[in-house]
Amino acid sequence: MSEALSVVAHPALEVQGVTKRFGDVLANEDVDFRIERGRVHALLGENGAGKSTLVNIIFGLYQADSGEVRRNGEVVHLNGPRDAIDSRIGMVHQHFQLVPVLTVAENVVLGDEPTRRGVVDLDEAASVVRGLAERFGLDIDPWVRVEDLPIGLQQRVEILRALYREVDILILDEPTAVLTPQETGHLLEVLRGLADTGVAVLFITHKLREVMAVADEITVMRRGRVVGHTVPADTDESDLASMMVGRPVELRLKRTPASPGEKMLTVVDLVVNDDRQTQALNGINLDVCAGEVVGVAGVEGNGQRELVEAVTGLRDVISGSVILDGEEIAGRSPRQISTMGVAHIPEDREKFGLIGAHTVADNMVLNRYHHRPYSRHGIRRPAAVDDEATRLVEEFDVRPPNIAAMVATLSGGNKQKVVAAREFSHESKVMIAAQPTRGIDIGNIEFIHRRLIEYRDAGMAILLVSAELDEVLGLADRVAVIYGGRIVAFESVDGMDRDRVGRLMLSGTDG
Amino acid sequence: MRMLKPVAIPLIAVGLALGIGAIILVVSGANPIEAYGALIDGSLSSQKTIGRTLEKATPLIMGGLAVAFAFRAGLFNIGGQGQLVVGGIFSAAVGFGFEGLPWIIHAPMALAVGALAGAAWGSIAGILKATRGAHEVITTIMLNFVALNLTDWLASHSWKDEGILSRTPAVEESAVIPLWGSFPTGFLVAVAASIACWYLLERTNLGFEIRSVGLNGDAARYAGISVQRIVIATMAISGLLAGAGGAIETQGVVGRYEPGFNAGLGFNGITIALLARNHPLGVIPAALLIGAMEAGGSMMQFNADVAPEITDIIEALMLLFVATPIVVRWFFSRQEVAEVSVTAGWGSP
Repeated sequence: MSEALSVVAHPALEVQGVTKRFGDVLANEDVDFRIERGRVHALLGENGAGKSTLVNIIFGLYQADSGEVRRNGEVVHLNGPRDAIDSRIGMVHQHFQLVPVLTVAENVVLGDEPTRRGVVDLDEAASVVRGLAERFGLDIDPWVRVEDLPIGLQQRVEILRALYREVDILILDEPTAVLTPQETGHLLEVLRGLADTGVAVLFITHKLREVMAVADEITVMRRGRVVGHTVPADTDESDLASMMVGRPVELRLKRTPASPGEKMLTVVDLVVNDDRQTQALNGINLDVCAGEVVGVAGVEGNGQRELVEAVTGLRDVISGSVILDGEEIAGRSPRQISTMGVAHIPEDREKFGLIGAHTVADNMVLNRYHHRPYSRHGIRRPAAVDDEATRLVEEFDVRPPNIAAMVATLSGGNKQKVVAAREFSHESKVMIAAQPTRGIDIGNIEFIHRRLIEYRDAGMAILLVSAELDEVLGLADRVAVIYGGRIVAFESVDGMDRDRVGRLMLSGTDG
Repeated sequence: MRMLKPVAIPLIAVGLALGIGAIILVVSGANPIEAYGALIDGSLSSQKTIGRTLEKATPLIMGGLAVAFAFRAGLFNIGGQGQLVVGGIFSAAVGFGFEGLPWIIHAPMALAVGALAGAAWGSIAGILKATRGAHEVITTIMLNFVALNLTDWLASHSWKDEGILSRTPAVEESAVIPLWGSFPTGFLVAVAASIACWYLLERTNLGFEIRSVGLNGDAARYAGISVQRIVIATMAISGLLAGAGGAIETQGVVGRYEPGFNAGLGFNGITIALLARNHPLGVIPAALLIGAMEAGGSMMQFNADVAPEITDIIEALMLLFVATPIVVRWFFSRQEVAEVSVTAGWGSP
C-alpha cells in the first residue's frame, strides 16, 4: 500500500531524518514522515511520544537539530508560524487562538483584512466567510461574536481562518478533545470533505475510534520515533493501541456482570448552586449499590462537578439529601464524609488531588495523616508514612518508585496513580471517581480501569463521572445522563448506545 | 550543590549588598575598610558588643518568625508591628500590675500574656479572612494603625505612669527578663521559638496542614483539611510570635512600655523572613546579621564618620537582591540557570 503511495511525484510535505533534542530528552529521533494531498493523515501517539514536537517543527515553531522538511519536493526552512502560513500551512491549535470579543468574520480575516479605501471592509469579510462556509460545509453566522459561540463552533472559526489563507496543509492538534460526540462526528465529516477538495489534513490524536473512522493513513509514534505506518484497512484499534504503548493492551475490559448489593449511596431531590449562586442541580435523584459502577455521562458543565462536590461535602447542599449506607451525610464536613466511607478521585488531580511540592509519601496519606499509625497525639511518624507509601507505590506501580520525590516531578499518569492509590487504600464504601483517566496514557488508563472493576467486584459502590463516553459505557453497569442539572436518563448500560447517550447529552432527550 | 542553593542566594545577596555598600562609602568620602571595621568592632569585638548584637537580634528573630510562619500557610502577615506593640503593652501591664510574685512565675506570666495578646490581635485578621474573605494584607495593615493608637491611648490614660511622659510604669524586678552577664536571656527564648516553629511545621499534623494549605489550598480542602481553621490558627500563632517579641523587648530591654520604643521592629520581620527564605531556623542567622549591623551602626558613625543611613541602604540592597533572584542567579553557572525555578512571589523557595 505504501509503495503505491510513494510513486506520487512530490508529497505535499515530507519530513526526513528529523531529530530534535531538548536538553537530555530526545523528543524526535530520525523521524521520516510524509503527508499527501487529498488525504487525511492521522498522527497517533501517547503523551510525550513526540507528536507535538514534530508538528511544531512542521509549523516552524521549532527548528530541527538535524534532518530536513520538504514542501512539494523542495527543502524549506520555516522560521515561525508566519513562514508556515506563507507556505500555505495552517494549524488549529488545541487551545484556540481567537479574539473572543471580535466577530466570526473579524477573527477569520484578522491579520489579512480586506480593505476599502484603507478601512477594513467587514461586509466583504463576512461574504468571504459565508462563501468559505458554504464551500466546505462549515455553516456559521459571520456576525456573531466568538465568545458567544459553543466550543465546537469556535473550532469551526479556527478552521475557516486557515482556509481563508488558502492553506493546502491543515494541521489539527487534538481537535476532538473538547468536542461532544456529535460535534466530533461533524468535524470528522468536515475533515473528510476538506481532503476531498485536495487539502492535506494532518490530524493529531490519541483516540483510536476517530482514527479508524476518518484516516486514510496512520502514523504511530512512540518515544520520539515513528514506530509504524499503516492504513485503517490493515489494522484495528487494539493493534494501534499496542503500537502506541509498545506492548499488548486490553482495550475493552473483560468484566463479569455486576452483582449489586444494597444501596450504598442515595441522592434524593438534590439541589445545589454553582459558584455564581445559580442553581446547578435541580433536584437530582441517583443511587449506587454496593458492587456496581454507576456512570454519569454528560457534556462538561452540566452539573457534574457540583454533584461530586455536594456528595463529598465540598459544596453546600441547598435542599434534598445524600444518604450513605442509611446515614444522612448532606451538611457534614468533607473530613467527616471521608471518614464515614466516601473516597474521592477529584476531576483535576493537579489542582484538587495532589500537593505538587509535597513528596509522594506525604501525598499518599494526604487524607489520613491524622490517623494512626501516621501520627500519634498530633506528632507525625514519618517512618509509618514511608512504610505505607512504599507499599502503595509498589502495589500501584508508581514510576519512578521513589516515595521521597516531589509529586510535581511525576508524569500525569503516575500522578493519577498516586491519587488512586491513596483513595483506594482505605476501606471505603463508596468511591466517587471524577474523570479518573483524563489526559493519561493508554497503559495507565487500562490500569486504573482494571482497579475500578476489581474494587467493584470486591463490593465497593462506584460513582464514575466522565466526559469520555467510551469510558462510561465500558465500565458502568448503569448509566445516568446529566443535562442542564437534571438526570435525563438513568438505566442499565444494556439499553444505552453511543448515539442515544450522545443525543441525551446534547439535548436532554433521545427523540 | 542542590542543597546549598537555598543558602547560596541570601549569601550572595549579602555579599553583593556589602560590595555596593563599599562603593557608596567610597563615593561619600569614607574608607570602606575602616567603616566595615568599625561595624564589626561595634557588634562582634567584645562580650558587651556581642551581647548588644544578640539583644538587637532577639525581636528581629521573633518578628521574622511571625512573618515566615504565616507565609508557610500562604499568608502575608504585615501586622507584626501591631501584634508586637499589643504584646509589649500587655506584658508591661502584667509586669507592673502584680507585686510580690516570685520571678519564676511573674516573668513567664508577663511573657505569656504578651504573647497571647499578640495571638489575639493576629487572629482578628485570621478570622476576618476565614469568615469574610478579607485579605490579610489589608486587614493586618489596618490593624497596625488600630494597635498603635490603642497602645498610645493605654500608655497615656489607663496604664499611664506618674509624671508627664506617656508611658507605663516600669515593670517589677520580678518580671524582668535579665541579662546573664552581658548575654540577654531573651535571645534564648527567641532561639527556642525558632526551633519550636521548625518542629511544629515539619513534625506535627498541624504543621503538615499549614504547609499543605500554603502549597495548595484547594487540594488541602479536598483532603478534608479545614482551610478556615488553619488560616485562623496560623494567624494566631504568627501573632503569638510577634507578641512574644514585644514582650521580650518590654521585659528584657526597655523595662516598660513606651510608645515609639520599638518603631519598625515588626516591619523588620519582613526583611528577616525574606533573607531566611521563610525557614524558621534561617531566621536566626538572618536576624543576627541585621542585629549586628544595627548594633555596629552607631560605632561606624562614631569611628568612621559615616552617616547611619548607610546601614539602612545596605539592608535595603540585601532585600533587593534576595527579592530579585535574577541578579543573583547571574552568579550561578549558565547550566544551572535553567534549573532555578522562577519565583512565584516574594521569598518563595
